[in-house]
Amino acid sequence: MDSKLRAILPDHDLLRMYEQMVLCREFEESCAEQYTKGHITGFLHLYSGQEAVAVGSTHALHKDDYILSAYREHAQAIVRGADPRRVMAELFGKSTGICKGKGGSMHLFDPELSFMGGYAIVGGQFPIACGLAFASKFRKENRVAACFFGDGAVNQGTFHEGLNWARLWELPVLFVCENNFYGIGTAVGRASALADIHKRACGYDIPAVRVDGMDVMAVYEAVKHGAEWVRENSRPYLIEAVTYRFRGHSMADPGKYRPVAEVELWKARDPIPGFARRLVEEGVVTQKELDGILVKARVTVAEAVRFAEESPWPEDGEVYTDIYV
Amino acid sequence: MPEMTYRDALNLALKEEMRRDPTVVTWGEDVALYEGSFKVTRGLLAEFGEERVKDTPISENTIIGVAIGAAMGGLRPIAELMTVNFALLAMDQLINHMTKIRYMFGGQVNLPMVVRAPGGGGSQLAAQHSQSLETFFMHAPGMHVLVPATPADARGLLKSAIRDNNPVMFLEHELLYNSKGEVPEDPEFTVPLGKAEVKREGKDVTIVAYSRMTVLALAAADTLAKEGIFCEVVDLRSLAPLDTETFVVSARKTGRAVVVEECWRTAGLGGHLASLIYEGCFDSLRAPVRRVSGLDVPMPYSRKLERLCIPQEEDIVAAVKETLKAQY
Ligand SMILES: Cc1ncc(C[n+]2csc(CCOP(=O)(O)OP(=O)(O)O)c2C)c(N)n1
Ligand SMILES: [Mg+2]
Repeated sequence: MDSKLRAILPDHDLLRMYEQMVLCREFEESCAEQYTKGHITGFLHLYSGQEAVAVGSTHALHKDDYILSAYREHAQAIVRGADPRRVMAELFGKSTGICKGKGGSMHLFDPELSFMGGYAIVGGQFPIACGLAFASKFRKENRVAACFFGDGAVNQGTFHEGLNWARLWELPVLFVCENNFYGIGTAVGRASALADIHKRACGYDIPAVRVDGMDVMAVYEAVKHGAEWVRENSRPYLIEAVTYRFRGHSMADPGKYRPVAEVELWKARDPIPGFARRLVEEGVVTQKELDGILVKARVTVAEAVRFAEESPWPEDGEVYTDIYV
Repeated sequence: MPEMTYRDALNLALKEEMRRDPTVVTWGEDVALYEGSFKVTRGLLAEFGEERVKDTPISENTIIGVAIGAAMGGLRPIAELMTVNFALLAMDQLINHMTKIRYMFGGQVNLPMVVRAPGGGGSQLAAQHSQSLETFFMHAPGMHVLVPATPADARGLLKSAIRDNNPVMFLEHELLYNSKGEVPEDPEFTVPLGKAEVKREGKDVTIVAYSRMTVLALAAADTLAKEGIFCEVVDLRSLAPLDTETFVVSARKTGRAVVVEECWRTAGLGGHLASLIYEGCFDSLRAPVRRVSGLDVPMPYSRKLERLCIPQEEDIVAAVKETLKAQY
C-alpha cells in the first residue's frame, strides 16, 4: 500500500516537486528543439524520464549540502535553484550563461547553490565529492556531499577508490547512482559483472539500498533517510535509483540498441503522470491546477529561450580570463 | 645565513605554512606515520595531528581529486605524490579536472592547492621510477609548475605555492634532497612564482637550466671559467609561468645560448626554450642554440648506461664550446 502523500510532506512541497518535474521535462524537450534548430551545439544529454531522481533527492537534502553530478545535469541544477534562463543561455554559449558560456551543457556550476558541478569525464566527480565532504567535516559544517553518477561510472577506478576512501576517512558522502540501465549503448549486464549496483557497496562496508527511481516520493524518502544517516554517522551511504532515460544517450544517438517494447514499458512508468495521478487521487490538487502548472512551466521555458537568444555572445577577451586567479 | 638541506628547507616551509594557516592540510601515501618516503614530511604528524596530516590509500587519482574537492570546499591542501611517475595515474584529475575547473565553471571557484612530487633520474631506479615529466604539466594551461634547484628556492617557492590561489605542481628532484645551501632566516622569506634568477653572471654564453640541471650548469660554468669562458646561468625556477624575458635578455647579451633539460629531447622543454630565444633575439645570436637533453630512451638500470641518458656536467661544457665555434 502506498503511504498517503500528505503523511510524508505538506501540500505545497508536493506541488513544488510536481512543478519542478514538469519544468525539467519541458526544459529538456525545449533543449532538444533548440538543438535541432542549431542554437544549442556540442554534446547535449537530456534527462527526460529521470526527473524523479533529481527532484526527490534535492528536496530531501539540505540547501547547503553539496551536489555533484555528471554531464546529464540540467535538471539537477535547475531543481537546486539555478535560473532556467541562465542555464539555457549557458547551453547557447552566451555571456549571460551560468558559467559565462565557457562550460556549456555538461559543466553547469553555481557555488552559491552548493551545486559543485557537472563533470564530463565519467567518474570524475567521485574524488571531488570526497574532498568536499572532507572540507565539510574538517570545518565542522555538517554538510553532506551528494554525488550523482550513472550505472556506467561504477566501472571506473574512481568509484572504487572513492568508496574506499569515503569509508576509510569517514566522510559524509551520499552516493546516488542513477541506474538507467545503459552507458551510451552498452547495457548494464554487458558492462558490469554484478549488475545489482548497490551490492557493490558492501565490499567497502557502506550501507546501500535500491529504490524505484520513477517514484519521486520513494526517492525522496530514501534520500532523506540516507542523508540523515550520513549526517549522523559521518559515513558514506549509497543509493541506487532505478530509472530510465526516454531519449537517446545524447542528441546524436537515435537509441537503436534498446528494444521498442522495453522503451514503451518504461514510458508507461513515466514519473510525471504517475505522480499527477496520485496527487489528484489524494485530493492534493485538481486536474485543472495541474494543467495550469504545465502552462506555467512552458512560459518559464519560453522565457528562458528568449533570454538566451537575446543575450550577447561573450567578448573575445573572455577566452583568456578565468584560467588563473 | 644558516645552511640547510633541500629536504629540510622543504620541511621547514611546510611547517611554517601549516603553523601560519590552519586550513593548510596535507596527505599522500606514507606521508604521516612513515613521515614521507623521502622524509620531507618529517615531524608533521607529531606537530599537526591526524586531522591535518593524513596517510592515504594507494589511489593517486583520488589523492589529487580529494585535494581538488577540499580546495573547492575552503581548504588549502598539499597533496604529495610519492614520485612524479605515479602522477601518470592521476593525469585525469590533474589535467581533466584540476586545470579545467576554474575555466569551465566561468571563474566561479579557485583551487588553492599544491601537488608535491619528487622525480628525476640518477638513482638507478630504472625505467618506471626515473622519469622527468615536467613538460607533461607545463603543456597544460591552468596550473603553475615549479622546479627549485637550491634549498633557498625550495623553501621560498613552496611557501609561495601554498599561499597562491592557483593549482601548483611542485616538482622536487630526488637527487637534490641532500644538497646543502644557504637559506634566509626570515620566516616571511618567499620566492615569487614565475621569476627566473640569474644564478651566475657571465658574458660569453647563456646557459638556461632548471632543477638539478641548474646545479650541473653552475658546475660547468665553474669549470669553463678556469679556461677563460664566462657563462651566465639562468635558473628558470618556474616553468609555468615561464619568465621568458630573463633568459632572452641574457641570450641577447651573450649572443649564445645552451638550454639544458633532464627530460626527453623529443617534443621537450629545450626545443620550446630554443624557439623562444630565436623569436626573442634572433638578430643578436652568433650561434645556433644548443640543446643538452635526456636521451630519447626509457631509463636503463645499469649505472654505466644510466649515466649516458642524463645530461652530465661535461655535456654542458661540450655544448658551450660548440656554440663558441660558430661565428655568425
Ligand atoms: C572517462 C570517460 N570515458 C568515456 C566517456 C564517454 N562516455 C560519455 S557518457 C558515457 C556513458 C556513461 O554512462 P552512465 O554512467 O550510465 O551515465 P548515463 O549517460 O547513462 O547518464 C561514456 C562511455 C567519457 N565521457 N569519459
Ligand atoms: Mg546509464
